[in-house]
Amino acid sequence: MKVSELVEKLGLTVYSGQNGLDREINGGYVSDLLSDVMGNASEGMVWITLQVHQNVMAIASLKELGAVILVNNLEPQENTIQHSNNENIPLLGTNLPAFEIAGEMYQLLKP
Amino acid sequence: MKLFRTDLHIHTVLSPCGDLEMSPVNIVSTAIRHGLDIIGITDHNSTKQCETVWKLGQNLGLIVIPGCEITSREEVHCLAFFADFDALAVFQEFLDRHLTMIPNNTNVFGYQVVVDENEQILEEIEHYLGASLDMSIEEIEQKVHDLSGIFIPAHIDRPRNSLFSQLGFIPPELKVDALQISKLADEKAIREKYKIKPEITLVKFSDAHYPGDLGKTFTLFEMENPTFNELRKALLGEDGRRVHIP
Repeated sequence: MKVSELVEKLGLTVYSGQNGLDREINGGYVSDLLSDVMGNASEGMVWITLQVHQNVMAIASLKELGAVILVNNLEPQENTIQHSNNENIPLLGTNLPAFEIAGEMYQLLKP
Repeated sequence: MKLFRTDLHIHTVLSPCGDLEMSPVNIVSTAIRHGLDIIGITDHNSTKQCETVWKLGQNLGLIVIPGCEITSREEVHCLAFFADFDALAVFQEFLDRHLTMIPNNTNVFGYQVVVDENEQILEEIEHYLGASLDMSIEEIEQKVHDLSGIFIPAHIDRPRNSLFSQLGFIPPELKVDALQISKLADEKAIREKYKIKPEITLVKFSDAHYPGDLGKTFTLFEMENPTFNELRKALLGEDGRRVHIP
């Protein structure tokens, strides 16, 4: 599935990184500890988090993640948006909490 | 130059996790008994116990640096220190404005009281001081430096509430005066593990929550006098001042 399909099906906000909407995604990872994501997420995953710091995009790039979803209507910091555009990794948002958006995404990716 | 035994990360009864024995008078007398020259008072997200400890230090012959252990919105713990009580008061207003207000549950988190030099309770803080601010670590660092303070991310090697656990690596724009490592950490191993540049100073403090924690963990500050500016110079390695973890 492409990031753009996920955006459409889950009604996600696209904050930035529009050039990366064609990326293929293969799963998800939920965590708010960036050290944990560095160690345990893998390429092509969509990362669900409430952290809005710019380091989020640096780690998404390092791990070659497909996209990042910010939960609970949290808005990214300005430099997080810049990193997302520079790295072409979509930075997405939802008003749902992590549990619910992860559940919906699981239904789509692991039928 | 002289050597000063310095421990700048100490909690009082005001911190929810601080032992009730950590009264200002107990902290100052225990610190003196164990040979500390300079201590810092760093309660979670409050500076309200600093002045009483400082006054007792003045009377009994111990240098007390007022400060705070702040929780950023990323839940990184950071130490901040200020040269005077005017700056500290401005910083307290900043904390009051930005701390997430959650009622304190004393059964779960413990008591949060400000006490006087005779251990009489002056005030009980109703909201939980272990909550986080709604400000990023960079915004907090900026505020501390705007007030000419010292900014030191706390216990960076801990698996939770540390710069590396929460943010993975040091954010490029963050200006730190030093990084604090935990009492059992090895300086060399930490530098290698987190790839910390040699120009960034590491310090080791106790993070004391109980009187028994005091005196065992400290950093030696090599400087002329036990003043705030000398402390900053030692952290930054200026004018021949430096620090040394024993």
